[in-house]
Amino acid sequence: MCLSIPSKVIKIDENNMATVDTMGVKREITLDLIDEPIEIGDYILIHVGYAMGKISKEEALESIKAYEEIVKAMESGEIDPDEGHSGEYFESH
Amino acid sequence: MKEILLAHGGGGDEMNELINKLFFKSFSNPILEKMEDAATIELKSPIAFTTDSFTVNPLFFNGGDIGKLAVVGTVNDLVMAGAKPRYLTCGFMIEEGFLFSDLQKIVKSMQDEMEKIGVKVVAGDTKVVPKGSVDGVFINSSGVGEIVQKNISSHNIKAGHVLIVSNEVGNHGACILAKREDLDVETSIKSDCALLWEPVKALYEAGIAPIALRDATRGGLSAVLNEWAVASNIGIKAYEEKIPVADEVRGICEIFGFEPYEFANEGTMVLALKEEDASKALEVLKGFEVTKRASLFGVAVKEYEGRVILETPWGSQRFLESPKGELLPRIC
Amino acid sequence: MKDIAESTLNLIEGFRNPAHMRALSKLIYKESKTPIKIMEVCGGHTHTIMKYGIIQLLPKHIEFIHGPGCPVCIMPKERIDAALALASSKDVIFTTLGDMIRVPGSKSSLQELRARGADVRALYSPLDVLKIANENPTKKVIFFAIGFETTTPMSAAIIDKTLKEGIKNISFFSNHVLVPEPMEAIMLDENSKIDAFLGPSHVSVITGTKIYERVCEKFKMPIVVAGFEPIDVMEAILKIVKQVEEGRYEVENQYIRAVSRDGNLHAQKLVDKYFERRAHFNWRGIGDIPNSALKLKDEYAFLDAQIIFKDLIPKEHKKDHKLCICGDILKGLAKPYDCKVFGKACVPSSPIGSCMVSSEGACAAYYKYGSLLKGRRV
Repeated sequence: MCLSIPSKVIKIDENNMATVDTMGVKREITLDLIDEPIEIGDYILIHVGYAMGKISKEEALESIKAYEEIVKAMESGEIDPDEGHSGEYFESH
Repeated sequence: MKEILLAHGGGGDEMNELINKLFFKSFSNPILEKMEDAATIELKSPIAFTTDSFTVNPLFFNGGDIGKLAVVGTVNDLVMAGAKPRYLTCGFMIEEGFLFSDLQKIVKSMQDEMEKIGVKVVAGDTKVVPKGSVDGVFINSSGVGEIVQKNISSHNIKAGHVLIVSNEVGNHGACILAKREDLDVETSIKSDCALLWEPVKALYEAGIAPIALRDATRGGLSAVLNEWAVASNIGIKAYEEKIPVADEVRGICEIFGFEPYEFANEGTMVLALKEEDASKALEVLKGFEVTKRASLFGVAVKEYEGRVILETPWGSQRFLESPKGELLPRIC
Repeated sequence: MKDIAESTLNLIEGFRNPAHMRALSKLIYKESKTPIKIMEVCGGHTHTIMKYGIIQLLPKHIEFIHGPGCPVCIMPKERIDAALALASSKDVIFTTLGDMIRVPGSKSSLQELRARGADVRALYSPLDVLKIANENPTKKVIFFAIGFETTTPMSAAIIDKTLKEGIKNISFFSNHVLVPEPMEAIMLDENSKIDAFLGPSHVSVITGTKIYERVCEKFKMPIVVAGFEPIDVMEAILKIVKQVEEGRYEVENQYIRAVSRDGNLHAQKLVDKYFERRAHFNWRGIGDIPNSALKLKDEYAFLDAQIIFKDLIPKEHKKDHKLCICGDILKGLAKPYDCKVFGKACVPSSPIGSCMVSSEGACAAYYKYGSLLKGRRV
């Protein structure tokens, strides 16, 4: 529904506003919908000018670690990669 | 003189004052100062001839202004046609009440840019129109140049030819978009507005004969590739990973749901070359500040004639369509 | 692993790693034997799937059915006509979030109305509503509140501020809708062949995964909540595949870095303070779904544009264009290229149905990204 990109908190202002950074683009958003503590350096999800949730760096790392494990398992032959490539799915004109 | 008044466009003393104080001071050269009705110039055939009109809001942006744009845009068009740029004209339509100091800045930008490669303004025109008729100032510039490299054409691309983009894409469009008041973002994105004559000249000097050249202005990279695919009746395969995009431009795209391939560029070109010329071309381009991020990103193919295919880093593909309609951001 | 984290913990690129994408693709090929039809509820997921070519990385027997998670697409014509009537009223400033501007009603759109002089404003944030109201004290500002559970808390927050700051010239035309109810309605349709749901990312950030448990139990089907990045979708599909192959059905959370079972309780409380469920709401293409939409509570009737301007609100249900099959597409019974007018009379610049207008509509996504898929069952 709602495209929301992780943004890093770089400043916490008054009136419950914060300045966030997305790949160098800065915006001011409101923390009115968040009641957990937010600190500089936290990553949050923004939707229409409002922070709606925090992103857990630990969980993100865990997920990425798991994907790395899958890649390693394939390289070491634990998982046998056989078929599956994109070529067959295109209608040639 | 603080503001431009209707009288300054009237053809009388006030207009002469403006021309002398501003235009002649900045653009001074013997042809212009003759003040004849038309300029007399000498050019070697064949001649390239182009025109463009410039309107941009805001007039002053990070990396340039409407004046720089007017020179760069027209000069680059000549360069893309294989010409050495020689002379420009410029016509100003100025809104009544426009600040003289702003006009001075704009004209200085134009002169600074022209001096970089020895191009001269030889004819011009000034009109002042009532408040509200134009948004600040419009500039038209025409340009002529001498063709030094023949056979550059968007109709000559064949399967097997490779594609290079000279710089990160989307900087100009993203820079202007970010300034829109309603978007309320702060970035340091700088327009890529820059002259391309020196790097292109260096390519010729290195013995490289480009098959096609185009600067990716309105409609961005996407427009150029689609036009070429249709003009040469070939397919184009572009590898997303190899198209350089600045982080902040990516950020703007992610936030508002745009694609960097549809944003305008004002100092970035696409080249179609024979495969064997590619590595030398990259070496040459990397020697210039404005083209140091050049990247080989695509190839012309036999299949999918008239279409452009974008391949993701993991091998899936989609069509890159020509940009259509107004660039409207996604909200949700 | 720590080194990777410190230098490249980039929450966007980290979930678009090509090596990981290929590895997940291969793992799905290895594990998936049973043909399955997965409905991605959320329009944003339809976009991710199309833009990143997810289908091209999956075995042919996994098929996607595009769900009704596009708050603009499911809006029936009569609600849009109501919005147009409100926008045309004297002294009204009609505000809405972007996409709604282009959606066609029976005769016109907000964009056309604006071109003809109506004061219609597209906002990037509902916060602007307060600013506009304060700057225009003699005008009646109406906010066209649309969206699923992700966007409802923002409307509630604006209502909260309106009351706290004593702003007297704002009212709200509520068209907020909920996700689990249409999921259920679609499953109850005898033509549905959906085996699993891919749950929405950001609705779930607000609501938590608990809201899907009822549907999961009732229809005994896997529901995996997925993030928005291509890796998220691939991992979620792998989880669905595993559930199917192992004969399990449960609500699983792939988007662990942002979603929990309970969700954002603060936001939920704010919504519960001001909104309650409508007994009925007509969903374009699906028909009436009870308890699937929200209206302002009775004690806030003085803020409810539907009550304040009740004479302007049309009563009957309007029919769609007879060639438009948005309804079937929303129910997962047809694909955009099954529609006779798709890409011909119906294109983003002149849409016949809202699935083509909204950036989250299946038709808009297919139009932009999908032409390589003709003939393949997606």
